[in-house]
Amino acid sequence: MNQYDAIVIGAGHNGLTNGAYLAKAGLKVAVLERNPYIGGATVSRELHKGWWYSNCSYVSSLLRPEITRDLELPRHGLQVVSFGGGATFMRNGDCFGNYSDHDRHYREMARHSKRDANAYDRYAADTSLQTKLIRPYLMRTPPDPTSMKPRDLRDLLEFARSFMDLGEEKLLDTIKFWTASVGDYLNEYFETDVIKAHMAGSGIIGTALGVYSPGTAYVLLHHYMGDVDGNVGAWGFARGGMGAIANALSKAFQSYGGEIICDANVDEIIVKNGQAAGVALKDGTEYKAPIVVSNLDPKRTFLDITNPSDLPKDVLKKARNFKIRGSSGKLNIALDGLPVFHGLDPRNRLMAGDLHFSDSLERQERAYDDWKAGTWSKDPYLDMMIPSLTDPTMAPPGKHMMSVFVQYAPPKVEGREWTDEDKDGFEKSVIDQISNYSPNFRDLILHCETRTPREIEAEVGLTEGNIFMGELTFDQLLFNRPFPGYAQYRSPIKGMYMCSSGTHPGGGVMAAPGANAAREILADLKKPNTVPGGYADD
Amino acid sequence: MSDVSRDTMLLTTPFHSRVEAMCDLNDWGNWMGYTTPNAYFDVELEYFAVRSTTGVFDLSPMNKYRVTGPDAQRYMDRLITRDVSKIGVDRVGYAIWCDDNGQVMDDGTIFRLGEQDYRICSYQRADDWLAWNTLGFDVTIENESESVAGLAVQGPTSCTVLTLLGCTDLNQLKPFGIAHYSFEGRPLMVSRTGFTGDLGYEVWVPPESAEALWDQLFELGRDYLIKPIGSYALELARIEAGFLQANVDFMPAEEVVRVGRTRSPFELGLGWLVDFKKPLFNGRSALLKEQEKGSRYRFAMLDVEGNKPAEHSFILKGDKQVGTVTSAAWCPTAKANIAYAQIEMPHGAVGDELVAEIYYQRELHWTRLLAPCRVIDTPIFKSPKRWQTPAPPH
Repeated sequence: MNQYDAIVIGAGHNGLTNGAYLAKAGLKVAVLERNPYIGGATVSRELHKGWWYSNCSYVSSLLRPEITRDLELPRHGLQVVSFGGGATFMRNGDCFGNYSDHDRHYREMARHSKRDANAYDRYAADTSLQTKLIRPYLMRTPPDPTSMKPRDLRDLLEFARSFMDLGEEKLLDTIKFWTASVGDYLNEYFETDVIKAHMAGSGIIGTALGVYSPGTAYVLLHHYMGDVDGNVGAWGFARGGMGAIANALSKAFQSYGGEIICDANVDEIIVKNGQAAGVALKDGTEYKAPIVVSNLDPKRTFLDITNPSDLPKDVLKKARNFKIRGSSGKLNIALDGLPVFHGLDPRNRLMAGDLHFSDSLERQERAYDDWKAGTWSKDPYLDMMIPSLTDPTMAPPGKHMMSVFVQYAPPKVEGREWTDEDKDGFEKSVIDQISNYSPNFRDLILHCETRTPREIEAEVGLTEGNIFMGELTFDQLLFNRPFPGYAQYRSPIKGMYMCSSGTHPGGGVMAAPGANAAREILADLKKPNTVPGGYADD
Repeated sequence: MSDVSRDTMLLTTPFHSRVEAMCDLNDWGNWMGYTTPNAYFDVELEYFAVRSTTGVFDLSPMNKYRVTGPDAQRYMDRLITRDVSKIGVDRVGYAIWCDDNGQVMDDGTIFRLGEQDYRICSYQRADDWLAWNTLGFDVTIENESESVAGLAVQGPTSCTVLTLLGCTDLNQLKPFGIAHYSFEGRPLMVSRTGFTGDLGYEVWVPPESAEALWDQLFELGRDYLIKPIGSYALELARIEAGFLQANVDFMPAEEVVRVGRTRSPFELGLGWLVDFKKPLFNGRSALLKEQEKGSRYRFAMLDVEGNKPAEHSFILKGDKQVGTVTSAAWCPTAKANIAYAQIEMPHGAVGDELVAEIYYQRELHWTRLLAPCRVIDTPIFKSPKRWQTPAPPH
């Protein structure tokens, strides 16, 4: 009993992916989950009868197609459905539409600025170039720049070559891009406030930085490098909510003989003679395994569930200093009907896309100022979606489910813990923001689930409620993720590994960290690899 | 003043005024001489309407022939390769018909509307062939193509939408079943058939009802996220669901000029539609002989590695070219790269490992890719909703 070849802590999408590939290789694997339900932040719950919420993550583009196909997730019930377009509502009653058709998009931009509309092609080409540099590395372990191992040297050389091949000018552009702010990057192409603001959103989502903070241009890239069926940059919904991803992964995992144990709250990883030996739950139950994989973020992994006496000081220090700052909250709202917004015909297909209210970089930066001051944004940046316009299973016919990602929300309010009054104030600022542009919105609200970083951390276990399990800035990417020297999914303890979004290539429901970690574990065990390689980029 | 006669222009279907109003992209094609939309607003989103909500496709240009008379069933048995007696009244059967050499002329659906009353719904025009086949049979053939308008209403919410339209108890209708209703005083026929592999129906009305039908469908379907779909989206859905297309996956036998370019049912993976125990049918002796001696080709569904569709690819076994791809697509729901190929015997059996020679172009640069592929035994997309009775609400 309770003896496994491998134990994975946390039944989020990466834990399940990791477990699936280990089980596929013939290992006896258990995935332990603290909550009574699986999914972590990849979850759908019916919190209001008839309405399903994707409580945390809410869209899917980054989920690696290689994994979806290899684990036969469609056969296990996963259906990802594309949505198109989006809009930013403006204070002057107008609205900027993001159309998927190139020429329609041109016309919409030209309404604001012909020059911007034309510059968009240059912007799209330059940004695509950057995504092409990073995409080949998503399904690979980052090379260690200090290692002399042949594999690391080969990968580093290849990595360096893909940059050197760019030529001097584009290489300089690239270096600038990786360190620039999204605001400065966009200023090089566009002159119109609303166009810049619409695009800048992707540069700040999930990160405790403002549009003028260095490093946010990369965050924009992180949101652009996914694809739905080869349309790079396209986004989709998981039919039935994001929980459908975790459910399909769990079925794939179980089809290989894996076991999921819920209500299993891990207290500590058991280490014997410097080798992982299993885990002990808070209720005293022990599970034994020579391989223990943590799908918790790096802070929780090394500071909460590992005994400090089992860890070298440098790891404790790096875990302490790991940047994982709460910056966002979420409202999930059951609506009695479709809200009407100024400037957009409710029948316009853009309604099914991502909707925003910040029409200038200035407003976005001011929203960040509030975060710095230790409070939620009074004029928040919202990434709002109505998935029930695409997926009929999310709400009863004619009714709608609205998902509102909110930025910014600090992990602590003016240095103290969030209170219920703070949560009400946060909720009010969001509902006021939407109501300013939609006269019937407030009256349509039937139920609202509000999640500040406090709730996200308490329920999902994301430290500070950070959705990426660690900032996606260059100091924490590739061979720096989560920390230099530990970017190849191994911990300093033999047999203990990491597979969370806190490892390369980061968060966003990609499942790549879980798969990459499995490949390294299997290599250490000298077992045949079960993890597919990435599709070649063209 | 133009001196060009309108006679030279394409025809429009009975739904055209409505189709045109929704065709944002103005992307039109010519199907059977009719102006039909390739895409309405976004091929990808139209495709996903079929898979997640409801997609509506105007299939009025399909050729429709009514076969009636005392010998109607015997006539149909002569025409098609499967046993017609197994298609009950108010049932539909998928069928193929062959020439005397056992080569496939077309595929289509056979609607049995009465004891001796059939409708053939075919891709190709068949007036001449159907007429020649009446020799010795007491039947009447009527071309109904222009007098029957049709919409394919396909997708998970399609049953719910059509029920709202007045198709009572439609959820009880089994796959390939037919139900009769009236719509604004005229007959409306629904068959649980389609080309998408999901829950779906085809709705048949007189042309006079067409515009009102469209209007009501879209009005009632709004809350169920109904969308029009064009031929590009349908093409994607049919490849994913494993349906062959005449003129794409095979050449209609009578149109073929070059020797050896026709295909038999066995060579198209349609041997299951050939029944030698039933009365004499066109092509029987040739097909018996083929069954004995073996076929020249094999139809193979290929699961191709990577994400580049193997469009127009050669299929290799080792260094030898053993086949060509007829249809290929990256399948958005199944998340698989699927190709249909004609493979020379003895290659192409289920499980056979082959290689697709794929060419693709990016920014005027052509790349040649050798993608391993494997012959699979069933279509990659299999929706349980397609076969469920009662039909699910979404």
